[in-house]
Amino acid sequence: MRPMKFNFQDFLLKVKKGLGDLKLKLNFGGKETTTHIAMEKRRAIAGYVFISPFLLGLIFFFLYPFLQSVIFSFNSIQIGTQGYEMTGVGFGNYHRAFMVHPTFRRVLVESIIQMITDVPLIIIFSFFAANLINQKFRGRAVARAIFFLPVILTSGIILAVENNDLLLGIMSGAIQPDTAAGAVRALELRTLLLETRLHPRFVGYIIDAVDRLYEIVKASGVQILIFLAGLQTISPSLYEASTMEGATGWENFWKITFPMISPLILVNTVYTVIYSFTNPNNPVMEIIKNTAFAESRFGFSSAIAWVYFLVILGILGILIGVISRWVFYHD
Amino acid sequence: MKALSLEKAGQAIETKEQRANWRHSVFFQAKKFLWVTVRTILVAGICFLILYPLAAKLSVSVMAERDLYDITVCYVPKHFTWENYQVVWKHMGFPGTFFNSLWLSLLTGVLQIISCTLVGYGFARFNFPFKKLLFGMVLVMLVVPPQTIMVPMFLRFRFFDIFGVIKLISGNTINLIDTFWPFVLTSLTGTGLRNGLYIYMMRQFFRGAPKELEESAYVDGAGPYKTFYYIMLPIAIPMMVTIFLFSFVWQWTDTFYTTLFLERMATLPTVLSSLAVSINYQEFGPMATMSPAYASMLNNTGSVLVILPLIIIYLIAQRYFVESIERSGIIG
Repeated sequence: MRPMKFNFQDFLLKVKKGLGDLKLKLNFGGKETTTHIAMEKRRAIAGYVFISPFLLGLIFFFLYPFLQSVIFSFNSIQIGTQGYEMTGVGFGNYHRAFMVHPTFRRVLVESIIQMITDVPLIIIFSFFAANLINQKFRGRAVARAIFFLPVILTSGIILAVENNDLLLGIMSGAIQPDTAAGAVRALELRTLLLETRLHPRFVGYIIDAVDRLYEIVKASGVQILIFLAGLQTISPSLYEASTMEGATGWENFWKITFPMISPLILVNTVYTVIYSFTNPNNPVMEIIKNTAFAESRFGFSSAIAWVYFLVILGILGILIGVISRWVFYHD
Repeated sequence: MKALSLEKAGQAIETKEQRANWRHSVFFQAKKFLWVTVRTILVAGICFLILYPLAAKLSVSVMAERDLYDITVCYVPKHFTWENYQVVWKHMGFPGTFFNSLWLSLLTGVLQIISCTLVGYGFARFNFPFKKLLFGMVLVMLVVPPQTIMVPMFLRFRFFDIFGVIKLISGNTINLIDTFWPFVLTSLTGTGLRNGLYIYMMRQFFRGAPKELEESAYVDGAGPYKTFYYIMLPIAIPMMVTIFLFSFVWQWTDTFYTTLFLERMATLPTVLSSLAVSINYQEFGPMATMSPAYASMLNNTGSVLVILPLIIIYLIAQRYFVESIERSGIIG
């Protein structure tokens, strides 16, 4: 470290210059040097005008309720006709969430495990599907329209009804191994995979993935869209150049497509995690909602919701930290 | 290519080089053919997976109940009937419920397009203090589950007030539950259902749009608002259609906000979620239970009625949808 000498004259000069700059900035009277600054100021104001709806919403419908819910989580709330009353209970709600509530802990852990199982499958499948429909073939437009259909058909109530549906479950024996035929097929695949001396746990994972293929397809609509959009932005000249140099399609895929698309793997992972956690069909979400509206325990519900939010934040942080290590940024 | 190689095969092959070429091209053709076959099977398979449940729903919805227990019936109903639709139509409260949902989805869709386009443009093209922080808040909004702010939001609209002004004037707060106001207010301010995502998409779109257009408008003396209205809005139409599609569909099927803000007013998702139970109660009485197969059949019929308008909208908007996604890139 170089020892810093304090030079009073330099300091004075700097202060003077700083004051001069400030004067320039404040003096937007319209001299030739100040028009640029005035222009920038005008643009900044225009920017605020454009985002003003969001600014209002952010304050009144997001930040305020957000902070309020923290306060709620430390209170017990009674609703009357004129308003609501709060009585402080300290960490009581949090204590109850972990120690007293019969299912919260189990459901939370289960939904995290479910998410960790699903995310890689969804990412791999949607990447694969996007590559498929990015190629040129007859009927591509139709195939694309169908591939994006899950975005529409499997949201909210439609998905909820479908998940609890009895008939569809039986009828789709061909897809989901509820019937004997399906079970036999999966069994054969299992013995085949076990013969290859892979780790049994890994085999179990693959079998599970095959069994739940439809669920994975349903959950990957938006991800396919994002990957497809990314694939379209890769310049064809990259492929041309590398093919000229004698690269095979396989090499092109790993040396060009994969690194170029890697930022989107991060985006998609984050999207998938958020979607699976904030999906109203998620069992934890149901607990939160039932606690508030079926049991009228608003404070307790807020506490559970906060625990859940912090868990999501933690998982997202870890995932982003891990994935962004090997993400390649082109520019 | 193929014709060429066949022609070559017909001729006598003379030199070594020709023979190697021919072998190579046959190998290449075979590989290509193999890949095309595999790809066709894969694409067709995935399409089948996606369309199958829809087809199954449709076929179940026009069956008579006894077809369900008939083992020889598979997909094609023996006793074709519209009866399920009649029952479901009555109990879902068509057409009233349908129009409730329609107005709600249209309203939120249109308001959300307006607010998210404006906000997205503001974030994409202007520099202002705290821009990064504010945009960070858009992303935070995406991550926070709506359940976390559910209770305060409910209370806010249950006892609605603007800085205590309303209470001062009328002596009481307003109850906005069971009106469209909570949806209007949140959509208008870009904080409705998944609006963070729409703002993000819009910003990415505008960031990717060429700057030259705006610059030339500025040179001609147009201000930022005129430029936005005359130059940028027309370009953004495909993206706006996409966002409208998303917003309409997700509002149409959403059970979270509709059950939170609408207690008595019926919308399609809320009636569908309790359809079988309410039919059971009203048709068979509180003590009886109908067969689960029949309940499922009614649920599927209800789902078809909810899905049908969405498919129509999707078919109309699909062209814009794919185009906008391809052009903009939702990339960070």
